[in-house]
Parts: sequence; structure tokens; C-alpha cells
Amino acid sequence: MADSDRVEVPPAPEAAAISPHVDSSVVASHRTRRNLGPMIWAALIVFGAGWIAIQVLRNGLGTSGNVPQFIIITLGSVSLAALFFLAAVGLTLIFGLMRVVNMAHGSLYLLGGYCAWALTTKMGVDWWLAALIAMLSVGVLGLVMEQAFLRWNLGQDLRQALITIAISVILADQMLANFGAMPSVLPTPTALAQPFQLGLYNLSYSSFRLFVIGMALAIGLLLWLWIQRTRFGMVIRAGIDDRAMASALGVNVQVVFAIAFFAGSCLAALSGVLGGTMLSLAPGQDVAFLTSSIVVVIIGGMGSLGGAALGAALLAFVETYSGVYLPQNLAPYSMVVTFLLVAAVLAVRPQGLFARAER
Amino acid sequence: MSSYLMARRMAAVVVVGVVVLLPFIFSVYITSAIAVPTLWIGLCAVSLTFLSRYGGMISLAQTGLFGVAGLLTAALMVQAGWDPWAAALIGVLAATGVGLIFGALASSSTGTYFLMITLALAEISYYLFSAVPAFGLHEGINAVFPPAILGDPVLHPTGNYYFLLVICVLVYLFLRYLVRTPFGIALQGVRDDPDRMTSLGFNVRLHRMLIFAVGAAIAGIAGVLSAWNNTRISADSVSLAVTIVVLECAVIGGLFRLEGAWVGALVVTVLTTFGPSFTDRYATAIGIVFLAIVLISPGGLVGIWTWLDGRIRHWLESKPPAAPTPQAAPPPIGGD
Repeated sequence: MADSDRVEVPPAPEAAAISPHVDSSVVASHRTRRNLGPMIWAALIVFGAGWIAIQVLRNGLGTSGNVPQFIIITLGSVSLAALFFLAAVGLTLIFGLMRVVNMAHGSLYLLGGYCAWALTTKMGVDWWLAALIAMLSVGVLGLVMEQAFLRWNLGQDLRQALITIAISVILADQMLANFGAMPSVLPTPTALAQPFQLGLYNLSYSSFRLFVIGMALAIGLLLWLWIQRTRFGMVIRAGIDDRAMASALGVNVQVVFAIAFFAGSCLAALSGVLGGTMLSLAPGQDVAFLTSSIVVVIIGGMGSLGGAALGAALLAFVETYSGVYLPQNLAPYSMVVTFLLVAAVLAVRPQGLFARAER
Repeated sequence: MSSYLMARRMAAVVVVGVVVLLPFIFSVYITSAIAVPTLWIGLCAVSLTFLSRYGGMISLAQTGLFGVAGLLTAALMVQAGWDPWAAALIGVLAATGVGLIFGALASSSTGTYFLMITLALAEISYYLFSAVPAFGLHEGINAVFPPAILGDPVLHPTGNYYFLLVICVLVYLFLRYLVRTPFGIALQGVRDDPDRMTSLGFNVRLHRMLIFAVGAAIAGIAGVLSAWNNTRISADSVSLAVTIVVLECAVIGGLFRLEGAWVGALVVTVLTTFGPSFTDRYATAIGIVFLAIVLISPGGLVGIWTWLDGRIRHWLESKPPAAPTPQAAPPPIGGD
């Protein structure tokens, strides 16, 4: 053993002289390039937070200051983030597993909302039951869509995306025909109709919005447990990592895909019911929520629950705060801030903040 | 066989003749409501077809770039009183510049992820346009007239029709030329095997960025021409609904051939113009046509035509020798 150590050929002198130098400079330039992105990020976040803090604390901490307004705005953006998360999580689940961008996701969101709206206002069904029926029926619709159109196009990503776009066009027009162009709002369930006393500055806040925040936390936790702690979740994770290998090891991936598509569609419909109660339902909301879900997924990374949560929070905070705290003359340009958020993520980590490196 | 080729050639001559003489054959209404929109929607769709065919990227940002050029040109003309040509030039340059930025952001991804990023970029530009007062909010910018030399786009569309036709032909010829240059060949290499092109020393991201900027310039030209011919443009001219119309044109026509963009634009324009008099749900009808094309023929209508043409020619070619021996093997599927 010692002999074999000794016979090792020493590196040529010039190589020994050059290589450490070259290596260190390459490493250094890589390091600065890799650190530049996070540094810009940190600077932007510090600047944004500082700017907001100045705006909030300008008039002191009293009831006449900006702090109560800040609390309400923050709660608003947290509840919006919860809604974005619930809308995006189905999309990211389906994409992570099947590599299918379900461009009809926004349509399923809106359809879920309209289903519950029709059930509660036209047939007098209880809100909770209506939400359940809407979830299950839209879930079945998603399942039919997957089985009828996507299953036999497995692996043809772009074709599948085009198919779902075509379905979203048809669904959008049918919803316009059946539910009209006027915005409709789902009645708030009676149990959550009373505002909730925050016990701060004498403020009260919509109980339903707090319920949405709770729902997002609960569903996020349940999904996490489902994916991390159950056998089926293990199969899903295996499918996300390597579909072909999971299939070769005897997993019936088609069944897994069908269940994932059903679950993703149910989640879209559930967020539609919540969004229809919290905001409103109107033609165009399908596109708005498809876009927000896609932005969330671009920020967070495909197929990641944590990424969806972080992406939803970042998007909601940026949208709400830039709408309120930008200087008056810049307010119409608040969308630029969202663009900068997306651009910053794409420039630093094109695969999204939480995505695996190979993606 | 030769009679089929003759008929085919005759049909081509008739189509070209109709396109060239269209304003004199059809009414002013057909020219301004069908022919002119077909040309500018087709121009926007051809930028998508071009990116898809030669860059392997299906971009949904084309209408966003279309809006950058159209809205900027309209704002410069109406609010700042610029000369239409100068405003158009600035508009198209701005679209190209924005295209470079979008291309830089999206060029590291491919396939469906690219589709998603471009969709997000398009929607962000739409929400931005609909919030900025200088672009007329949802009301839009009205009274955007084309240069006086082209005439009134609604009452006398002939001048505008020929101008659009010349632009479309020039863009088509330019794209056909571009893909034969070393740059164009490299683009197709990047589309087919990016890893191999990288190891050969090509900058894959730069190539993707540049082809995206070319597409942006074409979409920008379409945006300016649309603003001129509608005499107005608003943020809603670049909403996702319009993005999907452009996508429908490109897909229905066929993503494998540049000509398909105008074929698809013609089908969609005819359906959206005459559809409402038959049914209120013409959008559903277009969606079903779109779905059927995606499911049946990825090459679109042009693909179906190419396939049919190949089958007929094959059949005609194999018929004379096959006639004495009926047991001859059936011809293999020809053309693709």
C-alpha cells in the first residue's frame, strides 16, 4: 500500500505552477457570479422592506398612524397568498408528476366557483355541501379530461399543453353562455359571516379570509404529509424524480397520474369556491388565476410544495404592497414590480427557487 | 398524373390571382373585414410559427410584443403628434428591444416551461398596459390612422391591403432567406440538439435570444399594422384571449410551415366574422376545431393538405405499373 502511494507520478512542474492559479481564478469568478444574484436579491428585499417600514412608521404607532392600515393590508395579502397557493398547488402537483402544464387550470378554478355559486344561489344548497359537490364534480371533469385527451399523448408535452388550451377556450365560452358576463359572488357561509375581532387597535377582520388562510395552511400540511409520509406519496415522489424508473419498478403510473389529476382539479375547484366567496367570479378570472398560478410556479419551482407556498407569498406581497406603497405617480406601474420579481428569479434560478437542480 | 399536376398548378395560379386582385374581386366589406385582418393576424401568427418551426419554442408572448409596438406607435401618433412612419419605426424597435429582454429571460428554458414563462410575461405586459393611463387604459387609443398615402382603412381598404400584402410577402421571403443563412442553420441545430451545439462552441442562449428578437420584430410590425387598420388599439387588444386567437391561427394553419399562419388566420377570421350570425357560441366552435386539429393533425390544415397531396401523387405514380398486377402491395403511407 505504501509502495503504491510512493509510485504516484508527481504532476509536471509547469502544470503544478499554473493549475492552482487558473483554478482559483475560475473558482473566484464563479463564486462572484453565483453570489451576485443573491446579493442583488438581498439588496432589493432590504430596500423594499425599508421603504415599506418608512411608509408605515411615518406617523408613529398610534391609532391615527399607518400601522392599523398596514395590519389590514398585510392580512389581505396573506389571504391572497393563501388563495394563490391553493390555486397553484394543483398545477404544480400535476406538472411535477406528469410534466403536463394544465392550461385549463384557471378554467377549472372558475368552473368550481360557478358550480358552487349555482348550487347555493339557485338551489339553496348549504355553502359547505356546495363546495364539496363542486370540488368532486370538477375533479371528475379533470379526470375525464386526462383520460380522454392527455393519457394517450403522454410525453408530448407541447401537444398536451395545446390540448388543455383548446379545452380552456371551450370551457370559457361555455361558462360565459351559462353564467353570464356579470361578476357573481358566492354568499359567505353563515358560520363565518361575522367579522373577527383582532384585539389590536380595535380592528376587526373578515372571518372568511382568516378561514382561507387556515385552509391553505391545513391543505398545505395535509399534502405535505400525504406526499412525505404515505406510501402513495412515496410513489408520487418517485414518479416526479424518474417516471420511467418508477414505471419499470412496477408502479402503475397511469393510475398515479389519474389520481394526481383528480386531486389537482379538486384543488383548483376548491380555490375557485374560496376565491368566489372572497373576491368574485367573472369571465377573465380563469385567465387571472391561471397566470397567478403559473407565476407562483415559475418563482417557486415546478413540483415543489414549499416553492408554491413561497411563490404565492412573494407574489401576493409584491402585488399588494406595490399597489399601496408605491409613490402615487408610479402606482399604475405596480405591475413592473411583479415583472421584476419574475425576472429576478429567472435570471438567478431559471428553474425556480425550490426546484431540484436537474430541472 | 400530369393532369393532376396541371390542376394543382392551375389552383395555385388561381389562389395567387385571387390574392393579388382581391380588392377588385370582392366587396369593400370583405376586403376590410376579412382580408386585411387575415393579413395582420397572420403576420403575428407567423412570428409564432417561425419561432416554433425553427427555434422549437412556442411563445405566448407574441401578442405582448405586438402590444408594445402597437400601443407605443399609437400613443406617439395620437398624444405626441408624431409622423406615422417614425412612430411605427420606434414602436417596432421598442418591441424588438423588449423581445430581447423577454428572450434573455426565457431562453434558458424550452418546451412547456418556455410556454409558461412567455405566458406570464405576456400577461404581465397586459396588466401593465391596462393600468397605465398613457396607453388609454381599457378604453384604448382611438383615431390612429395609417399614413395618408395608404388611404382610409375602412372605406377604401385597397391601399392598406396592398401595403399589408407587400409587408407579409417581404416578411415571408425574409424568414425563408434567414433560415438558409449560417445563422438560420445554427438555429435549427440549437432546436434539435442544444447540448451538441454548445459543445461545438455555439452560444445556445444567445441564438435563442436573437431568434426571439426576430419574432418580436415581426409581431411588432403586426401590432403597428393592426393599430393602423383598426384605427384603434387598447390593452384588451393584447389580452390572453387575443394571444389564444393567434395561437389558434398558428396551430390550425399548421406549425410546420410558415404559410400555415395565414391559412389559419383566414379560417379563424372567417369563423369569427360570420360565425356570430349562425350561433352565439362560435368561440366554442373555434375551440373544437382547434382541439380537433391538435388531436388529429399536428401539421394543421397545411399538414393535411401536404399529406393528401403526397397520397394522391403517390397513388397516381404507382397506378400504371400496379394496374396489370392487382396483387401489388398497397403503397406505403407517403408524405409527412
